[in-house]
Amino acid sequence: MRQYPIDYGLVLSAVLFAIGMAGVFVRRNVIFVLLCIEIMLNAAGLAFVLGGARWGQADGQVMFIFILAMAAAEVSVGLALIMRMFHRFKSLDTNEIARMKG
Amino acid sequence: MELLWLVPALPLLGFALLTLARRLVRGVAALIGVGSIGLSMLVTLWIAYSFLVSPPQSGAASDTVWSWIALGDFRVSVAFYLDSFSLVMILVITIVGFFIHLYSAGYMEGDDGFARFFAYMNLFTASMLILVLADNLLLLLVGWEGVGLCSYLLIGFWYRDPANARAAVKAFVVTRTGDAAMLVGFLLLFTSLGTLNIQDLLSKAVSQWPSGSGIAIAAAALILAGALGKSAQLPLQTWLPDAMAGPTPVSALIHAATMVTAGVYLVARTHAIFALAPPVQLAVGIIGVATLLIAGFSAITQRDIKRVLAYSTMSQIGYMFLALGVGAWGAALFHFVTHAFFKSLLFLAAGSVILAMHHEQDLLKMGGLWKRAPVAFWTFLVGALAMAAVPPLISGFSSKDWILSWVWSSPAGGPVLYVLALLGVLLTATYTARLVTLAFFGRERDVPEHVHPGGALIAVPLIVLAVPALFLGLIQTPRSLGGVNLFASFVQGVLPEPGAEGPPSTELLLMAVSTLVALAGLVLGWALGVSQARAHLARREAEPAGSPLHRFLLSGWGFDWLYDRAIVGPYRWLARINQSDVADWIARGFAALSRLLNRLLSLAQTGRLRWYATALGIGAVAIVAMVVFL
Amino acid sequence: MFPVFYVAGLVALVSTVMVVTRRNPIHALLYFILSLVAVAVIFLDAGAPFVAALEVIIYAGAIMVLFIFVVMLLNPGVALVIRAREWIGPAILSLLLTLGIVYSVVGSTIKTMGISATTPKDIAMALFGPYLLGVELASLLLLAGLVAAYHLGRRIEREAPARGASLQPGAPVGSGAPSSRKEGA
Repeated sequence: MRQYPIDYGLVLSAVLFAIGMAGVFVRRNVIFVLLCIEIMLNAAGLAFVLGGARWGQADGQVMFIFILAMAAAEVSVGLALIMRMFHRFKSLDTNEIARMKG
Repeated sequence: MELLWLVPALPLLGFALLTLARRLVRGVAALIGVGSIGLSMLVTLWIAYSFLVSPPQSGAASDTVWSWIALGDFRVSVAFYLDSFSLVMILVITIVGFFIHLYSAGYMEGDDGFARFFAYMNLFTASMLILVLADNLLLLLVGWEGVGLCSYLLIGFWYRDPANARAAVKAFVVTRTGDAAMLVGFLLLFTSLGTLNIQDLLSKAVSQWPSGSGIAIAAAALILAGALGKSAQLPLQTWLPDAMAGPTPVSALIHAATMVTAGVYLVARTHAIFALAPPVQLAVGIIGVATLLIAGFSAITQRDIKRVLAYSTMSQIGYMFLALGVGAWGAALFHFVTHAFFKSLLFLAAGSVILAMHHEQDLLKMGGLWKRAPVAFWTFLVGALAMAAVPPLISGFSSKDWILSWVWSSPAGGPVLYVLALLGVLLTATYTARLVTLAFFGRERDVPEHVHPGGALIAVPLIVLAVPALFLGLIQTPRSLGGVNLFASFVQGVLPEPGAEGPPSTELLLMAVSTLVALAGLVLGWALGVSQARAHLARREAEPAGSPLHRFLLSGWGFDWLYDRAIVGPYRWLARINQSDVADWIARGFAALSRLLNRLLSLAQTGRLRWYATALGIGAVAIVAMVVFL
Repeated sequence: MFPVFYVAGLVALVSTVMVVTRRNPIHALLYFILSLVAVAVIFLDAGAPFVAALEVIIYAGAIMVLFIFVVMLLNPGVALVIRAREWIGPAILSLLLTLGIVYSVVGSTIKTMGISATTPKDIAMALFGPYLLGVELASLLLLAGLVAAYHLGRRIEREAPARGASLQPGAPVGSGAPSSRKEGA
């Protein structure tokens, strides 16, 4: 049994999440947007694992596995969409595909 | 009795099939339309047979199909109630209805809306059956409004002509006026007696309300208003002549045989309430006799064959109301039965004549048709003699004579009403004889070269319907002529007699008088017809201007003119000045508000992914801030 | 023992910042792999060796390789420069979010914790016990992802006629059709 700075771990996950969010807002390249979403998912997974470890339970890690599965599905569909988008618009800039405006 | 629900369900099924199926072959549409009524008729005959062989214990059977509304103590179910009264009604509706449907298959051949026509007709029959079988007032109202709707749809069946559409709207609005009052009456009954079941209602009314009490008078008067509207009685009678814009089978089924007698049914069904309100019952009799005379006078002047029949329908229903007014419920019902047969026969024969004349309805242009369209002539003659109440033993004679004897001997009747009714007999015979003379006798005036009075589908229903029109009177004859009393004893349990009958000698005297009057009317009508035909031949093209009295009668005593000035005009004026009111402002305000919101919100839809993501992020931050800091 | 967490955390932070700011997607991906490995080290340190292995094998190994394949396939070139003032708004927003979470973490009573390692067996017991339904749902999700990715990644020749209408006004009509066939094949 050893002591572990759980609060710093959670702060780290919050900072990582915030960095990822800022990236989603700023980046126009759709590959980067997808990457930043991965950062946010990973940060959430970190918080889950640490939380689970705090109570000595496996639940947090189970959640991480679910996040992993979800990330895999999301990335495969997202990348396929990116390829379609690139074929169609010859660009990866999200501002280029702003035709669905009200 | 378990099959009772099938009687209205089969036509309803036919309606559903005809409506839902697209592009039906004509033969199939006719098969569904006529067949559904035919099956319904067979079921009805079976029910009648079992009713006669083993009558139910209490004289009535009830069949609850399903529970419709159940709110605490308030229960309404879709339930059908069968007693001898409603059995007579459904027998007439399905038998007459079936033959009219059969006739329609021939009459409407070649019409674009063939399937639509049968769909409406089936819906009408189903509604009418629901109306007469209904166990409670709410279900009765469903049938009542259903027949009103179908009447509207079928009057305006040839909707491409604006005049037909106007006639349909007029019929709907005028009957609606009465319906509104009737609905208030129903609600009054429900709030004061606490039930919608008709039988419970009547027994409670009898036990709770003293005779002549205000509430009984109000309820009876309000129900009467609905009955007047539906049955085209004074003062809501103006729609019926215009309703002849519909196809002729429609006029026969709806505006002669069944729907217009729904008012008679309603009054007779709730006769216990009317018996508690003597002033209203007196009003029923007076309205009946007034309509009888007004319509009779108007019928004499009409040139359009169908309008003559329409006015005659009004006046015959006037007889029924007169009978209701003097408390002769059974006689009113019997006149309804005979009238349904002879009047639908008259209309169908007139339809055949109209077909033969290539859709010309002007009597003055006919003439001499008796040898050109013999089936139509002979059947029309049977119907006409029945309507003119000429003995011996033609159906209309026995029913009308029964009414007249009650008008004389009932405590609610009396010599005044009797004399007026006798005048009605004269008028009836006169316009009937004039009609027959102008249409079938004399020289041919503007008859086309080739006449097509229709094939077997037209002729068979005419001949079949002529049989009951001739012999139906045999089931109920005056005492001096055999005294057969089948009908009266059959409905006795539901519709009691008003009192003791007078001595047979009086009855014989009355019968002789009315027969003489009818014969006099026939001669008068014959003379009138001959002279008018001659005048028309002499003048040929020049339209007869006619005397002011003639024009007055032709326009149905100027009721249309009066209502136009007194009601329609002011109403339209009110509607015009009230076109933009507060309610409109509110509605427009909502419209403007939603347009504004639309503009604002569509600004937010930039289509940019980052914009959306940022909005989402701001929301997430706001929620975290709320959770953490608040 | 403690410095492991701090070192790995610092590496994760720096490399994540680098991911978000790079212009070349390949560089960003490599930095992200570094960040993932650092997080895996934290997992290992926190007594979750199984998850640490999954992080490296699936996240860094499989998912990121998928990214790299797509980037190589498309070869989009270097992304546009992001001006400094574009960072201001998102930075403030992110800072606010961080502050909120940090405040709630600092305000709580949990400072440190005793750690005991969770074995893969525990995870498996949990996964196929109380979380069985979640596993089924995850499998459905993966299947849906598979089908969608297959559908979206098919040859897209049939789209060609609609292309002219759907292009941006300035773009040359039909110029993309040959290349799209090549890509699809």
